[in-house]
Amino acid sequence: MDRYSFSLTTFAPNGKLLQIEHALAAVGNGSTSVGIKAANGVVIATEKKAGSSLIDVSSLEHMVMVCESIGMVYSGMGPDFRVLVNSARKAAQKYRRIYMEDPPVRILVKELASIMQEFTQSGGVRPFGVSLLIAGVDDRGPNLYQVDPSGSYFPWKATAIGKNMVNSKTFLEKRFDNDIDLEDAVYTAILTLKEGFEGQMTEQSIDVGVITTIPTTQADGKQKPPRFQRLSPAEIKDYLSNVA
Amino acid sequence: MHSIMEYNGAAIVAMKGKNCIAIGADKRLGQRQLTVDTNFKKVFPITERTYIGLSGLATDVKTLHDQFRMRVNLYKHREERVIEPKTFANLVSHVLYERRFGSYLVNPVIAGLDKNDIPFICGMDSIGCIDLADNFIVCGTAEENLYGACEGLWEPDLEPEELFETISQALLNSVDRDAMSGWGAVVHIITPAGVITRDLKSRMD
Repeated sequence: MDRYSFSLTTFAPNGKLLQIEHALAAVGNGSTSVGIKAANGVVIATEKKAGSSLIDVSSLEHMVMVCESIGMVYSGMGPDFRVLVNSARKAAQKYRRIYMEDPPVRILVKELASIMQEFTQSGGVRPFGVSLLIAGVDDRGPNLYQVDPSGSYFPWKATAIGKNMVNSKTFLEKRFDNDIDLEDAVYTAILTLKEGFEGQMTEQSIDVGVITTIPTTQADGKQKPPRFQRLSPAEIKDYLSNVA
Repeated sequence: MHSIMEYNGAAIVAMKGKNCIAIGADKRLGQRQLTVDTNFKKVFPITERTYIGLSGLATDVKTLHDQFRMRVNLYKHREERVIEPKTFANLVSHVLYERRFGSYLVNPVIAGLDKNDIPFICGMDSIGCIDLADNFIVCGTAEENLYGACEGLWEPDLEPEELFETISQALLNSVDRDAMSGWGAVVHIITPAGVITRDLKSRMD
């Protein structure tokens, strides 16, 4: 019991937390993910690399919905991501339980970041080996946040994490402008992934998630708030054919 | 028979008008038949545009007001925005249901304008069942009197001044027939331009 009552993440003399540095290295080894905040929505996308052709790629879940208005993608360790997805979904439903509405993105991000920070200061645990890109729409419009293993979070207009983040971010800097339309943002996200992609990019090898700021009108005239959606392989194929 | 909900006495009413809301309450605090305070607040501002009235056991009225103020302040600081009436109503419902088996002995009434200036009123039982209404909500020891008065006097789309007259008459005449409420009344009219609070001249008994 005593062996794990202290934190495994301790300060080095230069002021760094080495475990977090190592966690970031694990993130840097992971598949690239990109996110772009458009004027009328947000898009997040990731490489879905299967280790072998025998893997059933359609059942890989890299792009998840946290709640109706928020989606999430990662770079780093898949199993750590799964744990955080459960925490995020539970946190969102807890909020809903009290207020009967989805949490604003910034509130969910704070909650997740707080959980990730806990694992850098609790006994016997290690930090999560993932960085998250969280996309959603709330009262402030479209939002894109990155959350790191340390628990730091950053709001972004456009960003990339994972293996190819440096080149991808340079690529994005050239192409981003504040008034970019969601459609264009999706193309740009796919193009950005393509830049660093090893081999042939098909609709089975990337995952794209989109949420627009425009509420959908139901058959009875009522307005439903915007919904996070994973693009189907057919839709991705359409985008790819126009990008080739 | 003694009912703990009737120990202190109260009369609270909220009404919807045309782009405005009215919420009013009596000012009596009693201990059974003894009157102890004639200036007891039962309606509280939660934000500039959302008010809550609480009838029932006075100690719970005060305690819950403090609870809600704390939770709404935390909300404001965390979310960096003002809470909407509907969201606040759900928060109140949650807080009350948390004490499902050992409940607060109150009946809340919530009235406010949302960010698009649309009026919102609702009532609740003591364990948080929300009663959304299009016209008026009443509660307290004078509840039944208020139901009758409101049903007779209320009509849709009343302007702020007309709404004030309507709610005042409903309140005054109802508390006059109830021994446990009265001793003065206060009415708040909430419009997009601001809130007007008026004290009513009533029978002091």
